[in-house]
Amino acid sequence: MTELTELTVAEIRDGVAGGAFKAVEVAEAFNANVAAAQAALNAFIVTTPYKAIEAAARVDADRAAGKALGKLAGVPIGMKDLFATKGVQTTAASHILEGFTPEYESTVSRNLWNAGAGMLGKLNLDQFAMGSSNETSAFGNVVSPWRRWDGDTAPLAPGGSSGGSSAAVSARLCPAATGTDTGGSIRQPAAFTGISGIKPTYGRCSRWGIVAFASSLDQAGPMARTVRDCAIMLEAMAGFDPKDATSLDLPVPAWEAGLNPDLRGKKVGVPREYRLDGMDGEVAASWDQGIAWLKDAGAEVVEISLPHTRYALPTYYIIAPAEASSNLARYDGVRYGLRDLPDGANLQEMYAATRAAGFGAEVKRRILIGTYVLSAGFYDAYYTQAQKVRTLIARDFEKAFEQCDVILVPTTPSAAFALGEKSADPLEMYLNDVFSVPASLAGLPAMSVPAGLNGQGLPLGLQVIGRPFDEQGVLNAGLAIESRAAFHAKPEKWW
Amino acid sequence: MTDSVYRIQGATGEWEVVIGLEVHAQVTSNSKLFSGAATAFGAEPNAQVSLVDAAMPGMLPVPNRECIRQAVRTGLAIDAQINKWSRFDRKNYFYADLPQGYQISQLYHPLVGEGAIDIALDDKDPENTKRIGIERIHVEQDAGKLMHDQHPTMSYVDLNRSGVALMEIVSRPDMRSPAEAGAYLAKLRTILRYVGSCDGNMDQGSMRADVNVSVRRPGEPFGTRTETKNVNSVRFVMATVEHEANRQVDVLESGGKVVQETRLFDPDSGTTRSMRSKEDAHDYRYFPDPDLLPLELTDDFIEECRASLPELPDAKRHRYENALGLAAYAAGVLTAEVETARWFEALLAETAKAAGKREAEVAKQASNWLISEFFGALNKLGKTLDTSPVGHEAAAELLALVADGTISGSIAKQVLEKMLAGEGGAAEIVEREGLKQTSDTGAIEAAVAKVLADNADKVEQYKGGKEALFGFFVGQTMKAMQGKANPQVVNELLKKALG
Repeated sequence: MTELTELTVAEIRDGVAGGAFKAVEVAEAFNANVAAAQAALNAFIVTTPYKAIEAAARVDADRAAGKALGKLAGVPIGMKDLFATKGVQTTAASHILEGFTPEYESTVSRNLWNAGAGMLGKLNLDQFAMGSSNETSAFGNVVSPWRRWDGDTAPLAPGGSSGGSSAAVSARLCPAATGTDTGGSIRQPAAFTGISGIKPTYGRCSRWGIVAFASSLDQAGPMARTVRDCAIMLEAMAGFDPKDATSLDLPVPAWEAGLNPDLRGKKVGVPREYRLDGMDGEVAASWDQGIAWLKDAGAEVVEISLPHTRYALPTYYIIAPAEASSNLARYDGVRYGLRDLPDGANLQEMYAATRAAGFGAEVKRRILIGTYVLSAGFYDAYYTQAQKVRTLIARDFEKAFEQCDVILVPTTPSAAFALGEKSADPLEMYLNDVFSVPASLAGLPAMSVPAGLNGQGLPLGLQVIGRPFDEQGVLNAGLAIESRAAFHAKPEKWW
Repeated sequence: MTDSVYRIQGATGEWEVVIGLEVHAQVTSNSKLFSGAATAFGAEPNAQVSLVDAAMPGMLPVPNRECIRQAVRTGLAIDAQINKWSRFDRKNYFYADLPQGYQISQLYHPLVGEGAIDIALDDKDPENTKRIGIERIHVEQDAGKLMHDQHPTMSYVDLNRSGVALMEIVSRPDMRSPAEAGAYLAKLRTILRYVGSCDGNMDQGSMRADVNVSVRRPGEPFGTRTETKNVNSVRFVMATVEHEANRQVDVLESGGKVVQETRLFDPDSGTTRSMRSKEDAHDYRYFPDPDLLPLELTDDFIEECRASLPELPDAKRHRYENALGLAAYAAGVLTAEVETARWFEALLAETAKAAGKREAEVAKQASNWLISEFFGALNKLGKTLDTSPVGHEAAAELLALVADGTISGSIAKQVLEKMLAGEGGAAEIVEREGLKQTSDTGAIEAAVAKVLADNADKVEQYKGGKEALFGFFVGQTMKAMQGKANPQVVNELLKKALG
């Protein structure tokens, strides 16, 4: 029998349901992997082996009692530490929330537990989900399990902000994990670590109980090793939530049952604006390969134009910090989390001391940018203008989808970079989001699937972007790529 | 009002006062604007705080339909434009009573647009009105409450009010005197209470006004204004205007400039003092709240709100005058408070029923009795209609006895006193005390004969032309009859006897 930790979500679910193994055995196997990798990879902020066992034991008992099992019965997962988990510390990887233990459970995590999943632990991330390399975490950066083939052992970035999730899934510390994506935080780390991840349509997953970064962009989604696993996870996570005013009041489709890699009759759009000057040759080649695969799957490929693409990144870096500057005002040292009260300090001084001590440099940078663009005298030039451009970008996609059903582009402009390589230059770091941000601004479903390895043996991802609510179309195109890419590479264990 | 233009007589001439009010009215609803927490007044500190109100990480606001409904109803009641598309904005600032670090409000696209209300300054002439424009009504969250007197070095925070729905009702700068400002606030309060969208309890903070005042030479452009915050009674609003206008005139006449600033009213001294100037003003960094979608109202929803409105005070007053035949003054008094109107209408219905008459036939009697007898009697007891020991049903029983001639008006007074003292119902008291008036002509004729015989000199004078003495004979006869004679019969018999 294959090692339990090599199994996919579907295989674990089916194996538990069929009695091939016990859920508790699966939980124990993953708990062991988590513990063995923690020192080297730092993928978790806290581990909760007892939670995984408890949930698994319940599933085993339910099965023994002949009860119906949930969609994720017996599947232990990792939970990004941006989701509030009742009774388990929730930090957003920030010192300002260190020790904060919510009295409530986020809607998405509750949905997962209700489906029979168990929690292995809270996964590390960029602080408040702001970052593309996991280096902004207050709990130390995550190290990618991947290494270059050339013998260079320089630790690599697992991507961000869901870098704990990507590292843990690719290193077989969990078969699936939750992520959140504001400008690419699911897709970019998935691409960097050779796994799949989908950001559904804005509003599919409730934001209730997820520490907010940029409310109009934040969206939860799954990260796993296969497209099918993403479909299974997303079905459990999604659903209308009256506690989130931006939640979509739509039924959750049976995405797993709808999986179909046959793309005959479908049109795939390839936007010319994404073919940047000086584009990485291997990324360009991988994109061409992806186009060929989708043709092979029966799709017709059409060239499309998304003319406002080049404004997406600056637009994103106005809107997201603007919302963040306001969303993060609640971390003031008054009601929970860190309080720094210097001797004799008044209220304003306590705010200043607490926030100075509690927030990391990148978070402060974005709060400052956001405060600036919302200030009197600058608001129209920045925020209002950015909202207009956002509308134009969304309109670009609307027009494009008159000509095609899905869009295929690279997920990232390069493979994983080394830790420290870009952290000194925020702008260079922001450029990593260039291919992922447009779909975020338009609220569209978008998925990254592994396409292959580059010359250094590092994964490259391809991104499928779909129409609003058409996660099925995105998953199916992803499945068509997956079945042709036959990506079975995994990081060689060095930890 | 045109006959009494309000002017401040300065040393250098006349000054006109310009006033605009921003009234914050707490929306009557069971739960808060964006959370399910309760809103009742007087709960233990922090007993009515949800995770949303405390701004816990990951918590999200969800608009409360009832609060929106109440604001729309209010807008309809002041003839305002209802904006079918509106949006919530965040007003960002740090303070300990504001857990989110921002207040959710509506700056750019308020729920309710232009409207107006008519105010009357002269009670005797409610038709002489002035129209005060209302620029907008928007909906927003209230902040929590800070208590600075509970601990030597710390302030306590009570978040019960945090997130409670407020309507901010912004007037045009259309008022020109303290009296107009007071009348506007009183009228607005009346309308809100009729609509039921705000309880109007100013002493509990359910309604408070920011008072904008400036002065100018008549006919000149607006002067620089000051804003006095959180003034919580009609009287204090008038005092604020009065003090602030005179202060500004003093500043200007001594060569100074009025500074645009926020001020506070001190009820003890009746004066205002500076709180912060424009230079210290926050940059609130308003922007659309990304947690909330724009608010889009359907025609059905608006029509449902319109259909749910009660008869409003002006319409009611006109109906009292036209359909019930009441005098303008009485109609004004009876409609000024929704409770009074409700009480009057119940009294009217029950009196008509008990007397077997149409409402219009007993309306004057009921109105006169309520205003000139009952209010006075309650006042003496320190009671109001709400706390009255005599309800409208019991009062109707009394009025019916007058209406059908069982007792006279003066006997009714005595009966009311006994009713207020808890001695029983009207019919019961009349029966027990033998107060029924008599129309027995024999008894009354005997009494008349005796009165005329005892006062032969006055009869002479009467016959000599001193007709005013007729009232004296009526009084004496009634006295002889212990008040129980039917006054009409007394009149007739006296006239006959005096030839």
